[in-house]
Amino acid sequence: MSTRLQVYLICGLLALAGIGLTAYKSVAYGYPLTRAGAEDVWTVEAEISFRGTGAPVRASFALPRVSREFTVLRENFASPGYGFTRSENGGEARAVWTRREAEGPQTLYYRVQLARQRGGEEPGQAPADPPPPYFEQPQRVAAASLITAARERSADPRSLATQLLYLLNNPGGDQNVEMLLRDAQDAEARVQLPRDLLAAEGIATRMTRGIRLVEGRRFQPVIPGFELWDGNEGWVYFDPATGAEGKPHDFFLWQRGGVSLLDLSGGEGSQVRFSVLRESRPLGELARERAEAADSALINFSIYELPIEEQNVFKRLMLVPFGALVIVFLRNVVGATTSGTFMPILIALAFQETRLLPGIVLFVVVVGSGLAIRALLSHLNLLVVARVSAVVIVVIGLMAFLSLVSYRLDLPVGMKVTFFPMIIIAWTIERLSILWEEEGARPALLRGGGSLLVAVIAYLCMNIGWVRHATYTFPELLLVVLAATLLLGTYSGYRLTELRRFLPFAPPTAP
Amino acid sequence: MKLPEWIHPRILRERGVLGINARNHRFIQEHNPRRLYPRVDDKLFTKRLAMEAGIAIPPLYGTVEFHHQIRGFHDRMAAHDSFVIKPARGAGGNGVMVLVGRNGGDYLKTNGKPVPRAQIERHLANILSGLHSLGGHLDRAIIEHRVRSAPPLDTVSFQGVPDVRVLVFKGYPVMAMLRLSTSLSDGRANLHQGAIGVGLDIATGRAIHATCRNRIVTEHPDTGMAFTDIALPDWPTLLLLAARCYELTGLGYLGVDLVIDAEKGPLVLELNARPGLSIQIACGQGLLPRLQTVEREATGIFPKPAEARVAFAADAFAADGR
Repeated sequence: MSTRLQVYLICGLLALAGIGLTAYKSVAYGYPLTRAGAEDVWTVEAEISFRGTGAPVRASFALPRVSREFTVLRENFASPGYGFTRSENGGEARAVWTRREAEGPQTLYYRVQLARQRGGEEPGQAPADPPPPYFEQPQRVAAASLITAARERSADPRSLATQLLYLLNNPGGDQNVEMLLRDAQDAEARVQLPRDLLAAEGIATRMTRGIRLVEGRRFQPVIPGFELWDGNEGWVYFDPATGAEGKPHDFFLWQRGGVSLLDLSGGEGSQVRFSVLRESRPLGELARERAEAADSALINFSIYELPIEEQNVFKRLMLVPFGALVIVFLRNVVGATTSGTFMPILIALAFQETRLLPGIVLFVVVVGSGLAIRALLSHLNLLVVARVSAVVIVVIGLMAFLSLVSYRLDLPVGMKVTFFPMIIIAWTIERLSILWEEEGARPALLRGGGSLLVAVIAYLCMNIGWVRHATYTFPELLLVVLAATLLLGTYSGYRLTELRRFLPFAPPTAP
Repeated sequence: MKLPEWIHPRILRERGVLGINARNHRFIQEHNPRRLYPRVDDKLFTKRLAMEAGIAIPPLYGTVEFHHQIRGFHDRMAAHDSFVIKPARGAGGNGVMVLVGRNGGDYLKTNGKPVPRAQIERHLANILSGLHSLGGHLDRAIIEHRVRSAPPLDTVSFQGVPDVRVLVFKGYPVMAMLRLSTSLSDGRANLHQGAIGVGLDIATGRAIHATCRNRIVTEHPDTGMAFTDIALPDWPTLLLLAARCYELTGLGYLGVDLVIDAEKGPLVLELNARPGLSIQIACGQGLLPRLQTVEREATGIFPKPAEARVAFAADAFAADGR
């Protein structure tokens, strides 16, 4: 049997196995074949910072509860030196950190991973009637007249709340409203005021604190609001700032009911900051659960079994084979020349972190300045390994400098320069500068630009939504990628670039 | 006459042009066992093999293998006015330094500019630390006889020595070209850097076709010499030298670089286990039909003697016999 036939046979078997397993998982367990079945996973991190006064510390922090809308996938508490307990108290979950003695700046972390569930809001239990609110004498009159005005224009508790919020948000010179607002300056008090007014009518509400789920945003503000008990529909959310009824889609209610977000004793100057991170994860949660029920070895050995962080590493890892396939194609079929065979894949992986345009700018800046430094070093008559090491050191210094500068300038992009593989970059610089010395600037720039172009193409291919989804959800597609790579390895036809190189063989065309 | 932007692969196939993938796949991987590569990649090894086999090469003046030997270099070379320094494992002519004379304690380059001793020492150190070697491995420096062109070739090239590349397949010389450096190629003989490739008739050693940067040319842009006048002297000797390199290396698909020295006559300068494909452009001929002819001819277990192989090639690949 000729080797070519062997290759075809092996490729056929590999492709069959890969496609077969994929089809099996998809049909039998309902793993989604397209990204339509992929869902977002939000990681929300709360950072509690305060100054310890030396006294015993007790910090009690409100935690989100599982709702029908969001499910909690994982939670972590990081707080070295602190005792930690979780308490459930009257339906309210709180994290309690304790320590005998703490001095100086303290930071506590709570991190939760949330996934959206399909399913409506849980009905909940009807709350007790609210105690009547207390208003000072002049405010009492103002509140009463405001409630009367709102009552006239409303039919039920929900429309009453809407009207109240409308009046509060559009004072329009109304003296009653202005008097009430004068005593409600901060955001929390602006929530408490409509709640008090509704309580005066015997309508139960509860305080909420929520955050918007916006990708990659650091330091999300906490938005206070309230929910109103509607006998038929359960709790209904209102945004006091806009008067809108109902919860926006990207809004997550961290705390519902209860009093405070954070109770702290033994510390001062406390601050709570939230940051939000989105990952698009083909959830297939249902599929996994079904498979677990069936106790399938196929699924039990799948990536989903790994902790979330490791899954993330895996997600990138699974893209590398596809990038390698792209490189094989570009080199053997197109005929692109690159500096270092697989350097473009590593650059493409770095682009995943930095995004394309900032990545290209960073790459050009780092390699360009590296080349300048390498030119200086070449005068010093150093041995090769020492010279490349010197370039590595300078490149790392450069990266650190870029990170610092961009942090100062509030450009989050520069921070990501650290994702570039510096050893590879240093070797690229070394190779390019040798090429520059031996053959001049043009070939060096062509080679460098060619590598960058191949990296960009590899990045674009690896960034196709379906590719990301498929390589991660169906790792067995790796076999298909392997088969395609082997097939390309037997390609002995002309390269695209050769169709230009061998132009002199073209028959002369008639003038 | 305007050339089309792309050539149709069908035309290339019809004309038997060999592409890189096919070269690697069908010829290099099949006929060049990896374990034989050191014989050509390490020029010191090649030289030793050639000396044992009695194949003419530029005489070796000495080597520099360790950094401490650099200090004594100038004393050791005191007897030679001109010589060439090259890395033993260099690729594509990189790291070659030609010194043509002396100027007090310093040396002179081909273009007459002086080269300080310190620069020579730095160059040697660079070679030893692997700057010019394949894959950046540690390397050794070779110091050898400087080849001077003999007439008529001394007048055709802009600078540097014209060399003859013969492609040898299974011991049969299948295609040959003369490489001439130009001012464009900065005195180098690499075709992709702008040197001229003159295709030679295997039977006679006469020029049949010439290209520069993928275009057909008829005369040298610097020296003005017409290529049709070129005929290599000692052509049978050159072909025989090239053919004998098959036994020397055992490599089935081999590029042999030869020069004609004014004193020593034809010499083997370098061997290449991955010879390029530009020779096809220089000759205006595809390699594939010739390689297939040799495949049909060389069927025996033991190769025929080199003389018989050269005679067969001269007959089968003659320019007028096509």
